[in-house]
Amino acid sequence: MQNAALEYDYTVAKWFTYLAIIFGIVGMVIGTYIAFELAFPGLNEVFGQYGTFSRLRPLHTNVVAFGFTLSGIFATFYYVGQRTLKVSIAESKFVHGVAKLHFWLYFLLAALMVVSELMGITTSKEYAEMEWPLDVMTVVVWVLWGMAMFGLIGMRREKTLYISMWYYIATFLGVAMLYLFNNMEVPTYLVTGMGKWYHSVSMYAGTNDALVQWWYGHNAVAFVFTVPIIAMIYYYLPKESGQPVFSYKLSLLSFWGLMFVYLWAGSHHLIYSTVPDWMQTMGSIFSVVLILPSWGSAINMLLTMKGEWNQLKESPLIKFMVLASTFYMLSTLEGPIQSIKSVNALAHFTDWIPGHVHDGTLGWVAFMIIAGTLHMAPRFYKREIYSKKLMEMQFWIQTTGIVLYFSSMWIAGITQGMMWRAVDQYGNLAYSFIDTVTVLHPYYTIRAIGGTLFVTGLLMWAYNFYKTMTSDKVLDKEPAFASPMGA
Amino acid sequence: MFHWLEQRPFFFAVGVFLVIAFAGLIEIVPDFAQASRPIAGKQPYTLLQLAGRHVYIKDSCNACHSQLIRPFKSETDRYGPYSVSGEYAYDRPFLWGSKRTGPDLHRVGEYRTTDWHENHMWEPTSVVPGSIMPAYKHMFTQNADLETAYAEALTVKKVFNVPYDKPGFTKLGSWEEAKKQALEDAKKIAAEMKNQDVKDAVARGEIPEIVALIAYLNGLH
Repeated sequence: MQNAALEYDYTVAKWFTYLAIIFGIVGMVIGTYIAFELAFPGLNEVFGQYGTFSRLRPLHTNVVAFGFTLSGIFATFYYVGQRTLKVSIAESKFVHGVAKLHFWLYFLLAALMVVSELMGITTSKEYAEMEWPLDVMTVVVWVLWGMAMFGLIGMRREKTLYISMWYYIATFLGVAMLYLFNNMEVPTYLVTGMGKWYHSVSMYAGTNDALVQWWYGHNAVAFVFTVPIIAMIYYYLPKESGQPVFSYKLSLLSFWGLMFVYLWAGSHHLIYSTVPDWMQTMGSIFSVVLILPSWGSAINMLLTMKGEWNQLKESPLIKFMVLASTFYMLSTLEGPIQSIKSVNALAHFTDWIPGHVHDGTLGWVAFMIIAGTLHMAPRFYKREIYSKKLMEMQFWIQTTGIVLYFSSMWIAGITQGMMWRAVDQYGNLAYSFIDTVTVLHPYYTIRAIGGTLFVTGLLMWAYNFYKTMTSDKVLDKEPAFASPMGA
Repeated sequence: MFHWLEQRPFFFAVGVFLVIAFAGLIEIVPDFAQASRPIAGKQPYTLLQLAGRHVYIKDSCNACHSQLIRPFKSETDRYGPYSVSGEYAYDRPFLWGSKRTGPDLHRVGEYRTTDWHENHMWEPTSVVPGSIMPAYKHMFTQNADLETAYAEALTVKKVFNVPYDKPGFTKLGSWEEAKKQALEDAKKIAAEMKNQDVKDAVARGEIPEIVALIAYLNGLH
């Protein structure tokens, strides 16, 4: 297997990487824009009905979750999959063709998603806003990914599936199950022959609909923002640092633990709602139990760096990944705390929730995707990463952005939650609702600045990646571990 | 056993699927029939209200407004009696929301009027100084899609046995009847509004989005 690494075919992995960069920037520019809208509401009027916070918010979540993150997942899968299975995707014309089709159909779907959401075509269910024709297309895209995945697995030379592959397989299965059940809907045109052809009505009503939605919504987080990101860190951190994974047993425990526990936790989104009380309690309890497998993976990664902490100082790539797993620990501690009933009573419906989401998605998901793509770049193009200094700067700017984001939202959320329930000496509510809005202005401003910093970092990432691609200095062989970087 | 699984992708995948499917079965299935029963006297939405609900969804009002009053004194004091499951029996989809950038709306029909909504949607700060809500002026010029709302009502009547046209329940009738009724309902709302373009549109037999939306909001009790 001399130099076998150089024979892998990265066509599809590269395509998805470009999309991840584009969608990352688009999605987070929208996010930052709507963050500014909350601080300066006049911005709502700039783009007419297409620019209001309410129209853009679902677009933001969909573009970052299903544009940026999924592209990152697919890009890394087509890289990690080939390498851990020891097979080039080009060895089978069919599998390679399926992978290419997967890309193009996904690209078309993402474009249609953006257009339809700008037009206000939505089912209103969070992270499942697409109407039925796009749902059908999503299923096709997903099946294509599955075919490519199991096609590669079928051709593999390495018989044992590496840990990352466990997580990619779980992502495929988990999202398939959740997506199918949550998007059960009846197209109204097919039943009545009237109205818009793409309109549908949910198969579930009221409380049931909420229950299925948050079983999905929470676990979309699990199987898009957690499971495949763990797949990434289990590959890229050991590869970049040259260290073996600390413990196989810990990875085993974390994987199966996560699979079993995660799905129960969805009902913590519905505490004090009208779903049965026992389900709410189950949601709380399992959320707390979830700390175990989550921290299991994170600790396994941190201990992989045991005795090698000097690398943290030397390599910005290692910095991204170590901070990512640290943010993962923060986020998976914060989530369970918010699931405890008394805390949830305060935190639910407030800005603490988006604060929590973003320390996970920016600090953990985005950092891992950034690190993954930059680790792949020298292997894709046989060139050293354009600038280490730029990457260092990106790291610190983005980390500052994240800290501004979540700390301002913690304060905002708790402030608002406390004000909603505050009473005067006679037991009457102390504040009208609008008092609890205007008080948030400084925090909304800080959050928007944090977002701006993060987007700035993304632009640096895109530039660094582009300069790496187009550099004329070719490496004579593929780097084994630490990625070579220019000054 | 795990080593064995890791070399057999098919059984590995089956194993993963069983483990992840378990929670959904236990948590979701048992209460499904129970939770879908309406409380006594609950009426399905009128056609105009349903069209307004579509406007609410189209502009993602649920991104900032909840429709779920939790059982705390601070919430019942502010918004009215706490929400119960059977009130949502005809809500497809549910619109509880997950964030209160603005206040809860589950019983907004109890304490806001057509006139208030008209001013508020045109220029929020005119009635709530300091509001950060966007103005929704386009709702005054675009028309609601009554036909799709009718298609949805007819679909839920046929497929899910929602009791439209049953004795004592909301009348839907044929498309012609339903349209006529919706226009009558719209006229009552337009009569309480001051925007001349909206009044003229309704007089011509059109239904601007704002009229449908107000019908929906006024119906939230």
